[in-house]
Amino acid sequence: MNAVNGNEEGDVELLLPWHAAGTLSHRDAQRVEAALANDPELSQRYELVREELSQTIELNESLGAPSARAMEALFAKIAAEPVRAPALSIRVGAQFREFFAKLSPRTLAWSASAAALAIVLQAGVIAGIMYKESGSTDVASYHTASVPSTASGAGSYALIRFRPQANAADIDKFLENNNLSLTGGPSVGGLYRVQVSPKKLAQADIAGILKRLQEDKVVDFIAATE
Amino acid sequence: MQTTSDEVLIARVANGDRLAMQVLFARHHVRVYRFVLRLVRNESAAEDLIGEVFLDVWRQAAKFEGRAAVSTWMLSIARFKALSALRRRTDDELDEETVGAIADQADDPEVVLAKKDKGAALRQCLSKLSAEHREIIDLVYYHERSVADVASIVGIPEATVKTRMFYARKKLSELLKAQGIDRGWP
Repeated sequence: MNAVNGNEEGDVELLLPWHAAGTLSHRDAQRVEAALANDPELSQRYELVREELSQTIELNESLGAPSARAMEALFAKIAAEPVRAPALSIRVGAQFREFFAKLSPRTLAWSASAAALAIVLQAGVIAGIMYKESGSTDVASYHTASVPSTASGAGSYALIRFRPQANAADIDKFLENNNLSLTGGPSVGGLYRVQVSPKKLAQADIAGILKRLQEDKVVDFIAATE
Repeated sequence: MQTTSDEVLIARVANGDRLAMQVLFARHHVRVYRFVLRLVRNESAAEDLIGEVFLDVWRQAAKFEGRAAVSTWMLSIARFKALSALRRRTDDELDEETVGAIADQADDPEVVLAKKDKGAALRQCLSKLSAEHREIIDLVYYHERSVADVASIVGIPEATVKTRMFYARKKLSELLKAQGIDRGWP
């Protein structure tokens, strides 16, 4: 069999090293598992892959570690570097990186189905609350006190949750492009409080802004709040 | 206990937090060192290079966009530094390396012993692979990089990553066969 000829069986064989290392997506891992279960020859070749994996680890582990000289030299150079002032965008980014760190790519890959189900359920619950409170499904009328706030007083605010697929850079860009500033969160449900405008806007104006923001690819949910 | 994520540490490093840099260094320097050492095959050069890699991390942290894991980003920097260092090597050094590689092919007492120990033979053959093949095998098996990660680090399409890994494994089998160990594949 030629594994590089592009057929289904060949494609599965190409994935064996990643399957052995545990770095395939859940879907691909299942595909490989199914092929292994039905193909004794492929299973034999998989044993060779596992052998290679084991010996590669052993070889690398035998290489030892660098001496303390490397760290001393590095930090001497860092100490000689000019002190830098933190930028606002970096501070904003840090909050989101902390949030997204809990959703690493591998974790997301393995829990994609569960996450999708959770989002659907969450949306249903939120829509239900909104309907009860306002008698409509207008997202701009949802209010909650569940997100801790660091700012109060004048201004117009919204609660926002980002899609798990959105990365920190996308979110930073989204906040910057729309002149939004973070004032609180995240809550248990991953909701953040953002200031939409420094002025108290009319409800219709806020609804218009939120409708536009909702269309952005990074936004999973957005609603007005006090 | 939950440890601080690499992404959070990078954000702190971007703000000039040296303690965060120490944590990041402590967490990753051994693996980065081993990755570089397998490419340049010189311990002293590898130590110098990891200093350069982490100095770049310190300087470039604010530009890290989070499109790949921090460890993947660091391996990309390490690879670039290692390959640049290899290009700087003099012809004399390269000649010595070539002579060393030829000598490795001989069926010396070590090889005779290795034939009795398949694992040792496999490790010896792993060291004889070309830099391109060593690199991909290490990234997949030791550094646990996904197909997409390897594509990002090496700068090749994902389909090429898969076929390159296949040919690296095939070459490994051929080297083993030359040592008298037939794996029955390919």
